[in-house]
Amino acid sequence: MKEGDLSVHLKTAVVGAAAALALVLSGCGKKDEAIKIGHAGPLTGPVAHLGKDNENGVRLALDEANAANIMLGGKKATFAMQSEDDQADPKQGPIVAQKLVDAKVAGVIGHLNSGTTIPASKIYHDAGIAQISPSATNVTYTHQGFKTAFRVMANDAQQGKVLGDYAVHKLGAKNIAIIDDRSAYGQGLADEFEKAAKAAGGQVVTREFTGTDKTDFNAILTSIKGKNPDLIFYGGMDSQSGPMMKQIKNLGIGAKFLTGDGGQTAEFLKLAGDAAEGAYASSPGVPLDKMPGGKAFAEKYKAKFNIEIQLYAPYAYDAANVLLEAMKKADSTDPAKYLPILAGISYQGVTGNVAFDENGDIKGGSISLYQAKGGKWEYLDTVGG
Amino acid sequence: MDIFLQQILNGLVLGSVYALVALGYTMVYGILGLINFAHGEVVMVGALVSLSVVELLLGTNLGLPAPLLGVVALVVAIGVCMALGFSIERIAYRPLRRAPRLAPLITAIGVSILLQTLAMLIWGRRYHTVPALIPPTPHAVAGATITNVQILIIVVSALIMAGLMGLVHFTRLGRAMRATAENPVVAGLMGVNINRIISATFVIGSALAAVAGVLVSSNYGVAHYYMGFVLGLKAFTAAVLGGIGNLPGAMVGGLLLGLIESLGAGYIGDLTGGFLGSHYQDVFAFLVLIMVLVFRPTGLLGERLSERA
Repeated sequence: MKEGDLSVHLKTAVVGAAAALALVLSGCGKKDEAIKIGHAGPLTGPVAHLGKDNENGVRLALDEANAANIMLGGKKATFAMQSEDDQADPKQGPIVAQKLVDAKVAGVIGHLNSGTTIPASKIYHDAGIAQISPSATNVTYTHQGFKTAFRVMANDAQQGKVLGDYAVHKLGAKNIAIIDDRSAYGQGLADEFEKAAKAAGGQVVTREFTGTDKTDFNAILTSIKGKNPDLIFYGGMDSQSGPMMKQIKNLGIGAKFLTGDGGQTAEFLKLAGDAAEGAYASSPGVPLDKMPGGKAFAEKYKAKFNIEIQLYAPYAYDAANVLLEAMKKADSTDPAKYLPILAGISYQGVTGNVAFDENGDIKGGSISLYQAKGGKWEYLDTVGG
Repeated sequence: MDIFLQQILNGLVLGSVYALVALGYTMVYGILGLINFAHGEVVMVGALVSLSVVELLLGTNLGLPAPLLGVVALVVAIGVCMALGFSIERIAYRPLRRAPRLAPLITAIGVSILLQTLAMLIWGRRYHTVPALIPPTPHAVAGATITNVQILIIVVSALIMAGLMGLVHFTRLGRAMRATAENPVVAGLMGVNINRIISATFVIGSALAAVAGVLVSSNYGVAHYYMGFVLGLKAFTAAVLGGIGNLPGAMVGGLLLGLIESLGAGYIGDLTGGFLGSHYQDVFAFLVLIMVLVFRPTGLLGERLSERA
């Protein structure tokens, strides 16, 4: 071998060894004493504002728990949140779930979207960790037979039914156009809505589809305009329904607009601007000021994070707290011990009483309806609960 | 019939934006043989910079008329994007001028990701609302409606495209660009400063991208750090459809793609009896692209590429 070759090989070997050593050393760290609670949600992307909202809710709950000096299994419990970004992407959901499982979290609050929550739930189920979603409303999530899947608000079977009834009976819509964003949530809600609207006697004149990353809806709205509906229903999130509302007004479509909880946000009002006036939306649960602990929670949240609550933060807060409550009652962070307690728990949260039925759905969940008036969401009615 | 006309109008608006952005892709490809994947991100930067300028100016309450604010924001956005395009070329692509084709391609993707992440850090992850400086009052045109902003898009795009054609065919710079595109080595021997021409190409393309960004964000009222990615991809598709490296091709490709998408989304559901829904709009557009390329590999207006020495 030439002198030069030897030196090159030696250099490569040294670099390789150094890299390997660095990797090994980074793995060994001080053993973490804190109990890890996982949070998964979209921290980037079109609905990052909602994901961050959830994360803040969980953070608030954990910080309060740490300050409360809880004892678990004889030791003071310190909780740490491990928050992961699933980008609202169904492909990222399981990846993030696996990451949390590998990090040995004691429980997970998440995910936000049904599209990510459902595939991720299998991973949590296989690992035996509890998963409480503060916002995923698709029915399938709790109907897979997983004893680890819970949610703290009503599901789309209820929401779709309430919306469908409301559209036909209260808003007087005879011809209805439905658009959905083809996500698990949007499509699921739109399907439930269609069922309920038809059962109530309404006519669905067309179903159009879009995507979770689109901002141009002129083509499908023009097509809908030609079919002359009384009402347009959109199953999807505010980052689409906001611009969509603008385009509806620009195209001169006079139909009423109805959407689900994905659009019942401050962001929708901002994105749609003046075009939002008169739009209807539903949201599981009751308005913040009707929640038993709503006002106080809103003040705490504002004081800590200096921004307004987007949508699901109170639910994320309650989800985290009910998880901690189950751990306290079981005096353990071992899922095998606290899961049965979680399943039968009855906890007074800021959103109301949290108790789960045999599927993991919340008992007594309700749906509220709102209308956008003068740049604000005006509360109309609550059904169920 | 008025629904059909409306879809045509929608398609023209969409297509004008695609055409503006496609021109940037096609010019760079014509001269460097490089697909500048970062171009879509330059559009995004243009939109976000103009949004920031508008918000800043509105915040200072100078009482300037709204359209003037828009023009100022546009000018600033164009300036920033020109500088950005120039820097990208100098920093990321020039060192790789003699590298195998794959290297600048991967670099372009890298620059695209870098710009997206930088934008995410600077402007956050939310969808930003773009204030309507020009009130989007709808006008009725033969049964269809079109807003002020949409008319502006079509007119501005047409003017810019005409201006670019004039630049490329009737000025010295344009002649130098055409010469460099044909054969850079010989053009260099003829006294053309290749580096300057390449920089000029990037700068012009980026200016167009800035205008497109401002127009798009004004039209939809939204701007966010990820908006350039899909737009860039579609514009690139439009450039290929029309014949990459060919300026009129980019314009035709852009308009055609806009029309196909609009008409496709509007009529797929009815044409296939509900079998394919309007969410197959992108599939439809790409199918058309594939068909065109199968029968005309160089694109609709593409000429056969001359052999390089």
